[in-house]
Amino acid sequence: MYASSPREHSSHKYSPHEHSPREPVRRDQGARRPGAMSSRAVLTTEADVLARSRVGVLRSQGALVLRPAHPKESEPLTHRRREVARVMLAAGAAGPLGGDDYSLDVHVGAGSTLVLTEASAMLVLPGPCGGRSHMRINVYVGEGATFVWLPEPIIAARGCDHEHDVRVRLERGARLVMREETLLGRHREPPGDFRTTLRVTHDDTPLYHQQLCVGPQADGWRGAAVVGENGAVGSIIAVDPAWESGAPATSAFHSSAILAPLPGPGMLVSAVAPDSLQLRRRLSAGLDTLGAPWAPRDAPLPEPEGHRDEVVSETEHTGAG
Amino acid sequence: MAQGQAALLLLADGRLPAGGYAHSGGLEPTVQAGRVSDAAGLEQFLVGRAETTGFVAAVFAAAACERAVRDDIAALSALESELDARTPSPELRSVSRTLGRQLLRVMSTIHPHPHFALLGTAPHQPVVMGVAAAALGLGPRDAALAILHESVAGPAAAAAKLMRIDPFDVHAALARATERLDRLADAAANHADAPASELPSRGAPLSDIAAEHHRSWNVRLFAS
Repeated sequence: MYASSPREHSSHKYSPHEHSPREPVRRDQGARRPGAMSSRAVLTTEADVLARSRVGVLRSQGALVLRPAHPKESEPLTHRRREVARVMLAAGAAGPLGGDDYSLDVHVGAGSTLVLTEASAMLVLPGPCGGRSHMRINVYVGEGATFVWLPEPIIAARGCDHEHDVRVRLERGARLVMREETLLGRHREPPGDFRTTLRVTHDDTPLYHQQLCVGPQADGWRGAAVVGENGAVGSIIAVDPAWESGAPATSAFHSSAILAPLPGPGMLVSAVAPDSLQLRRRLSAGLDTLGAPWAPRDAPLPEPEGHRDEVVSETEHTGAG
Repeated sequence: MAQGQAALLLLADGRLPAGGYAHSGGLEPTVQAGRVSDAAGLEQFLVGRAETTGFVAAVFAAAACERAVRDDIAALSALESELDARTPSPELRSVSRTLGRQLLRVMSTIHPHPHFALLGTAPHQPVVMGVAAAALGLGPRDAALAILHESVAGPAAAAAKLMRIDPFDVHAALARATERLDRLADAAANHADAPASELPSRGAPLSDIAAEHHRSWNVRLFAS
């Protein structure tokens, strides 16, 4: 089930059975459980002789609907650039629900640039017959290619059982900026079992590999070593071949967020926050710290008055490099 | 496990002069940020640490031990780069390499073995722990258990210096954690012969954030 914006979730309560209207339109596409949905989508881009990026394959299926799009928000790297390919992922059905199996393959061909956005947040719910849902995303970014991936948050609803697995393979000389945001349950609700893994390799060398496990089956994640009492956790990974010869400095720019170099030509913004809006602000603030062309040129949202005191002052973190 | 118990106690002993006592396992910045203030909070912190970074370290110690037992020292470099990728905080990568260098120095002196000379100058601590366990005749599960023990015993020992807490409460939490550590060591040993790229990675975002804040302090009690 998709929501129109992450903010709407904090004021809207769903019942666990609200997915029922979806049943009649679903078709069983080879999945094991009755009513479960299997969707496989493919997206490729290539550069033409004039170095403009074009979408090659745009294959949607079931719940995963891909369509050419206009810019959705101010974009790092590609802001106001017209020669790049822009595609939006939209929901063809609610979900994933328990038992569903989604997969998305993205191939950004050498020298091309793809901006992939998402129409709405993805709400992961339990299925009508139980079972685990899966979403596998495989991304390949070719030599000299750029992938700007700005999905909306994933919301792990109460009772869900979901495995989210994202693999990103970058060739040497590829550029990347990708965001991932996880909301731990809807408003005042504990999350179900949710495991999300992100692995990024650059030139066949591992750059980032992290899994986050939350929910009743995982232990200790509410402790202060993992996410504490926060309702939202997320990161931005940025990769630039220019950082092969030295990455920007570390910055502990907020009490709950950092910007730090990865072991390779990449930077990480990592943040936790009470809700999705503050998480987005912290992640964006981290990217802003990198300056142009990573900082979107439209003015960032100001932190509300009550949170300003948490921001670490400039003098405190300049020595952190 | 009858064989090697004494060697395992030697390796896991906090009094081994490998520098572990200078580290709070991220507890110092966590207490300072107000995220842990009582015994219940400390126990949750320790459980979270064992289940995430402690488990990842245990998996890599087990994998390093397994490779050292079959003399495949060349395979350790893949473990090094995969562990780097599983440690997003540059400060924690550096701490792991400092502790690795110190453990390597101690082990090369107290129990020389040809493998130690092949590890480079600053290998990751779990990799050294695995190789050291193998040199002492121990197996992957022992290496995993030694590092899991340290991942909770280190911050537990630091707790008494960082917060107002009854030492009996701290050790009660450690006593309750023993079954968990055994279970995690079993799970870590099950991954020992998997390819390095497929080894699990469980993240702890607040530990990364705390470590990067901690390193910018001018005055601190612990090195990490």
